[in-house]
Amino acid sequence: MSLLTISDLSLSIHKIRILSDVSLTVEPGEIVAVTGESGSGKSMTALAVMQLLPDRARTTGSIRLNRTELTALPEPNLCAIRGSDIGMVFQEPMTALNPVKTIGDQVIETILVHKAMPPAEARARARDVLDRVGLPADRFPLSRYPHELSGGQRQRVVIAMAIALRPKLLIADEPTTALDVTTQAQILDLLKGLVADYGMGLLMITHDLAVVAEMADRIVVMRNGVVVETGQTRSLLTHMQHPYTRMLFEASGHRVKLPPAPEPQALLQVRNVSRDYRLPRTRLLADPGRFRALDDVSFTLNRGERLGLVGESGCGKSTLTRAILGLDPVQEGQILLDETPVFSGHRANSAVRRKMQVVFQDPFGSFNPRHRVERLITEPFFLLQSPPTGAERQAAIAESLVAVGLKPEDGGKYIHEFSGGQRQRIAIARALIIRPELIVFDEAVSALDVSVRAQILDLLADLCVAYNLSYLFISHDLSVVRTVTDRVLVMKSGRIVEQGDTETVFTAPRHPYTQSLIAAAPRLPDLESLKRSPHHA
Amino acid sequence: MLRYALKRLLSLLLSLAVASLVIFFVIEVAPGDPASFMLGINAQPETVAALRSELGLDVAKWQRYLDWTGGMLTGDFGTSYTYRTPVAEMIRDRLWVSLPLALYALTLSTAIAFPAGIYAASRRGKPGDIAVMGATQIGVAVPNFWFAMMLVLIFAVNLRWFSAGGFAGWDTGVWTGIRSLTLPAISLALPQAAILARVMRSSLLDILGEDFMRTARAKGLSRRQALWRHGMRNALIPVLTIIGLQFSFLLAGSIIIEQVFYLPGLGRLVFQSISSRDLIVVESVVMLLVFSVILVNFLVDLAYALVDPRLRART
Repeated sequence: MSLLTISDLSLSIHKIRILSDVSLTVEPGEIVAVTGESGSGKSMTALAVMQLLPDRARTTGSIRLNRTELTALPEPNLCAIRGSDIGMVFQEPMTALNPVKTIGDQVIETILVHKAMPPAEARARARDVLDRVGLPADRFPLSRYPHELSGGQRQRVVIAMAIALRPKLLIADEPTTALDVTTQAQILDLLKGLVADYGMGLLMITHDLAVVAEMADRIVVMRNGVVVETGQTRSLLTHMQHPYTRMLFEASGHRVKLPPAPEPQALLQVRNVSRDYRLPRTRLLADPGRFRALDDVSFTLNRGERLGLVGESGCGKSTLTRAILGLDPVQEGQILLDETPVFSGHRANSAVRRKMQVVFQDPFGSFNPRHRVERLITEPFFLLQSPPTGAERQAAIAESLVAVGLKPEDGGKYIHEFSGGQRQRIAIARALIIRPELIVFDEAVSALDVSVRAQILDLLADLCVAYNLSYLFISHDLSVVRTVTDRVLVMKSGRIVEQGDTETVFTAPRHPYTQSLIAAAPRLPDLESLKRSPHHA
Repeated sequence: MLRYALKRLLSLLLSLAVASLVIFFVIEVAPGDPASFMLGINAQPETVAALRSELGLDVAKWQRYLDWTGGMLTGDFGTSYTYRTPVAEMIRDRLWVSLPLALYALTLSTAIAFPAGIYAASRRGKPGDIAVMGATQIGVAVPNFWFAMMLVLIFAVNLRWFSAGGFAGWDTGVWTGIRSLTLPAISLALPQAAILARVMRSSLLDILGEDFMRTARAKGLSRRQALWRHGMRNALIPVLTIIGLQFSFLLAGSIIIEQVFYLPGLGRLVFQSISSRDLIVVESVVMLLVFSVILVNFLVDLAYALVDPRLRART
């Protein structure tokens, strides 16, 4: 008798099939990871176990917690099970807590709503649980509000709420996806420790195969609502049966081959740049405080060079990007492209601006949905003094669409007709169309599924050969930066703490921060060595 | 929290100062001299001049502004040009009608809107929701004086439950007073309730889609518990804004309803004073209304801070 047994679960919403015959089990004390790309149905499976599906969802099949059939249970009984026998942790810690209630009240509520113990004891238990998840009483009293906590700390509160009554089963839906790598490593450790201490079963939903390989006892691979492969982590990693599983793992560790960088010749020079933001006044007429987002940043990007920039959220990556693109003035220092300042006087220098383009993270939000693709990708022409017209313009559109692997006819379509990966290709086409000297990729592949991400990385490598691109590649994902850059900058609290040849920095980091960053990043296991040493656990 | 309250208070005082300047000088530049208006077109220039000096119209504008604002601070609003009675008394008498009427209407509107909005939100897309939304659509679209006339026809003319108009004053008893304000309050409240119910519904629907509502359900709260314990306080924030705006409107904006029911309220006082160029009354009433709007906004700001801890922290 397993702790959780899902058998032949099918689910449809408005007659659209979301899950088909999904079967899996979780034993007490076991970590089962459900993985797959977006649309695979992994989150729906989790919500089905909680029976918190959208109103119009219709399910068949069975979900049993020990001997209780959850699909047949009336709502009041389900309420009694949720939070008590099954706890759940969600992806977005920033919004998962009620902003107007204290963290103490929110943890205590889990206990009181199940009438598990009198209020005074519930309070003590809430304190214990918060201590257990790493929020000690002296710094995190029960009276704290969520907005006073960081993302990682909020996720700890969410975990505390979920485990306050020691549930038999914990479900975690992408629990670390929104967090920085070092925070991610701490939260994963915490979850592992809780499973070991309490003997809970953990059903973990995640798209990150490196996390899966490090955490899970068993892996369930899903695609389009179907379980394609399942097995013990080690045996599944060594003998992948299904081609989709193999493709997923290959794409996750995908490496590209860049052409060699040419002789150093400075293209972008950032010299001693500092940028302050004014903080709100704490008192009337008091001098408003300042927050130094960039602190004496200097580096050079050479022509034809692929430069990476890594760092955790809040380190100043975005501020630096905005400054380079001339969107924001800086207080000190100078940014030069081809020896010309990007910011002259009080406005961006348009002669320099037309030599730079940017590709953003969100392939869904960065296009006007009411324009056709040809208009979208020719937007940079506004920067030119004499933009091409007529046949010349059509040729430019066709060329850049073909360069990113699309067809010239796609220019007549609207953006909603394209998938996320195709949209990111269009964003790259938009950047390429005026043949800029420098492209800034701001988390450009972070929102993509691994298989699509691998294709976009291949595209980048091809474009480097064809167009001799120079780019600045900003990302929190170390494995991606490692493969598409020649040199890398590591940023922390507005300063560049380390820079150097990418392979050197990754294999022999010198700064302690870089070392901790690289140590915290989950790594895909080396499959070859796993096969060679079958007894090593 | 205290610092937040002090900051809001300071902003209240500043707004009042600016408002008094604007009101005084806008009304002063409006054409029409009260003295010549009072004496008619055939008056002798000497008589007009004498009246002007008696009314204090012959001194410099700045001096009059300072006298006016200084007087208001000590409760002396000056003397009405037309009626030759203290403005403060006139306003006080009218407030005894307008303020209870506004509060009455606001209570009714909230009492109708909250249940209606919550009911509609909890039955989104179902017949109950569609019915409530249809009713509020009508409530928003139909002017309140039409409601007023219908109410008079049904409850005063046919059923004879209420009188059709007039206000006997509070001396005849609280109950009589409330009775004569009931029909006006209902006609004022209906359109406001319709707006408020729609705001309540959409605000709740926004909150129901929030991540923390799902978290609440995952803890084992039922839909109803999640709604009351986590949804309501968050949903109230936009609703409070609308309630604040509605109160100010109800206090000043009931001219038509006062006419329909023949109530001696503030709205009618303003209307009459404007027609007779009784500038000092107009200025004082407008200033009073501005004060009430700013005061209500101040109270709403404080209410925000009570509801939302993030506001308390930001200051």
